[in-house]
Amino acid sequence: MIDVKHLAKHFVLYHQGATVIPVFQEANFSVAKGECVALTGASGAGKSTLMRMIYGNYLCKAGSIKVNHVEMVGAHPHDVMQLRRTTIGYVSQFLRVVPRVSTVDVVAEPLLAVGEKPIHAQEKSQELLSLLNIPKRLWSLSPTTFSGGEQQRVNIARGFVYDYPALLLDEPTASLDSQNRDVVLGLIERAKSNGKAIIGIFHDPSVRDQVCDRVVDVSQFMPEAAA
Amino acid sequence: MTPLLSVYNLTKMYGHRVGCQDINLDLYPSEVLGIVGESGSGKSTLLNCLAGQLTPDRGRIQFKTRSGDVKDTLTLSEPEQLMLSRTDWAFVHQNPRDGLRMSVSAGGNVGERLMAVGSRHYGHIRTTAIDWLDRVEITADRIDDRPTSFSGGMQQRLQIARNLVTGPRLVFMDEPTGGLDVSVQARLLDLLRNLVRDMGLSAIIVTHDLAVVRLLADRLMVMKEGQAVESGLTDQVLDDPQHAYTQLLVSSVLQA
Amino acid sequence: MNEYNFAYLDEQTKRMIRRAILKGLAIPGYQVPFASREMPMPYGWGTGGVQVSAATLTPEDIFKVIDQGADDTTNAISIRKFFQKVTGIKVTDKTIDATVIQTRHRIPETSLTEDQILVYQVPIPEPLRFLEPYETETRKMHALEEYGLMYVKLYEDISRHGAIATSYAYPVKVEGRYVMDPSPIPKFDNPKMEMAAIQIFGAGREQRIYALPPYTQVVSLDFDDYPFEASKADHVCDICGSSDTYLDEVIVDDQGGRIFVCSDTDFCAAQQSAALESSE
Repeated sequence: MIDVKHLAKHFVLYHQGATVIPVFQEANFSVAKGECVALTGASGAGKSTLMRMIYGNYLCKAGSIKVNHVEMVGAHPHDVMQLRRTTIGYVSQFLRVVPRVSTVDVVAEPLLAVGEKPIHAQEKSQELLSLLNIPKRLWSLSPTTFSGGEQQRVNIARGFVYDYPALLLDEPTASLDSQNRDVVLGLIERAKSNGKAIIGIFHDPSVRDQVCDRVVDVSQFMPEAAA
Repeated sequence: MTPLLSVYNLTKMYGHRVGCQDINLDLYPSEVLGIVGESGSGKSTLLNCLAGQLTPDRGRIQFKTRSGDVKDTLTLSEPEQLMLSRTDWAFVHQNPRDGLRMSVSAGGNVGERLMAVGSRHYGHIRTTAIDWLDRVEITADRIDDRPTSFSGGMQQRLQIARNLVTGPRLVFMDEPTGGLDVSVQARLLDLLRNLVRDMGLSAIIVTHDLAVVRLLADRLMVMKEGQAVESGLTDQVLDDPQHAYTQLLVSSVLQA
Repeated sequence: MNEYNFAYLDEQTKRMIRRAILKGLAIPGYQVPFASREMPMPYGWGTGGVQVSAATLTPEDIFKVIDQGADDTTNAISIRKFFQKVTGIKVTDKTIDATVIQTRHRIPETSLTEDQILVYQVPIPEPLRFLEPYETETRKMHALEEYGLMYVKLYEDISRHGAIATSYAYPVKVEGRYVMDPSPIPKFDNPKMEMAAIQIFGAGREQRIYALPPYTQVVSLDFDDYPFEASKADHVCDICGSSDTYLDEVIVDDQGGRIFVCSDTDFCAAQQSAALESSE
């Protein structure tokens, strides 16, 4: 489902003396359907960067990333947009929403983007919000004022409301209590059994071991010079 | 999918000074393109050239009309251009006073485009006007008030209603949230996003506010000194800027 | 008489005005610019109409002048005397006898014929003027038939007054093309503009001439659900008893007593004498 081959990436900071920061060289790995793969490595090793590259949020210098056979490296923005609507979901650590939009609508949005009927999208959204224990009285409010844990659960609901064949999860359980963490792990298990390909970053080794089939250590992709 | 609007090598000079130079872009149906850059970067010049309010010196602009024909908008006759600008196109000005008739009631402002394309039934015009005022969250009892009695945010929403009432397919917006309070901006952003999604609108939004484009635009074009220095997916350009100028622009934003 | 060229204006000027008139007749409702001359009367007293009459009159013509329907008002008398002096042609009060009629603010009640020319005095020829102050813009709007704004004015009327409140200078569309100001005639007269006579409009201060050839289609602008109505005071004439003429309201005493009389004095007089004859 997700194939990463010979991937290379560096950052150039033009305003700090054009410093070149190499990140990856020869990154190779793949994720099959029904599989959950954890990215590991020390802080700063590039776990989130790699995930963002797969989502098309960061550009790649060289190599290939194929998501459901679509090449992401050098892809036209429209192809990336299309892929994001229908194929690949991303739960980031940050919630970015238009202020004033209700939580139900924020979560329903990925469904509306693929042309789902608003009434059905809302139902699905409410279903996930109650599963993730977001109190009903908050549904009509904007999530911008929510606590960190609540915002994260809204983000997760957004990621799972549509059945993306491929899913990227950046620290989905970081600020959750054990009850909600188990709900999220249950969602991941269910997605796996439905044949979704999942890449996750999990801080907590016990959580990682619980849902992940394999581990990919991203520090091995670090260029020699930097390492 | 074929583009709704294609621009080739568009150049506008002000004497020896560059307005915008060799701009190429495609806009697809239901897509929002943001154009960012600081004052004087040529983004408004570009927008005005695209919308037919300025005549570029060089280049070509192709627009796919409702009937599916691709037309070169720069060589259209004046009546054809006018027809386009009051049916398929809309222009939202930064200052609502530039886009509204201040001495005409809110209902008259919304109704004008309808009457311009041949509506001759007062009752229907009024019903449509009330419907549109409602969509932009202006209550029906303000329909006979003049925009002079409206707040800045209301005026801007009225301008949007006036522009969208004929169901255009392409909207040009010049700093639509500029000059508004932050809370009013948020309301307007929400409104614009819903309208874009519900009506399948395509839009080109010129702004210097990166937060606005992050929330509204699918794609982004960064302009500096009349040139397009970088373009791509909005979040990619903002999160992984490749050009030195874009990096400066992104890193200069104050984090709230 | 010998001190002046026939009809006051020199022949070159009359030619220039006739060319404007012909162009106006060729493009009904279109405002043709012309080099308006100083006339021996102030602007606003009918200098446009006077120049058109001067360019139109021939020694054989019989001339009638009305102001608000009356032949005996200051303005009408002055213009009639002026042309008597500078042309020596015959003048009349009778609509049916006249070949050229200059008018301010009315169309005679008696139907005009193909042998007649009606000359209007026009203060502001541009129907879009109060909506759009720039001449360059209004010309472009006419060229592109951009008349939505005209309807905005009618819309505002209805939303404010519950009906189209415009009661004079009511805009019309000519032959489905140009929107035209009919000069400040009451809207009661609008339907009469589809007539057998030639109609020529002269605006001296604004330097515009426009025209309607005989039997030109002239439609008053309106909405489907608020159709145009050629309204008048709901009375009969207190002098001649006519029920289908435009009436002036006249205050007759200090107690607020009022009567309604035909604004067309010639028509009213003819009705009276006809009534007198039939009673004898």
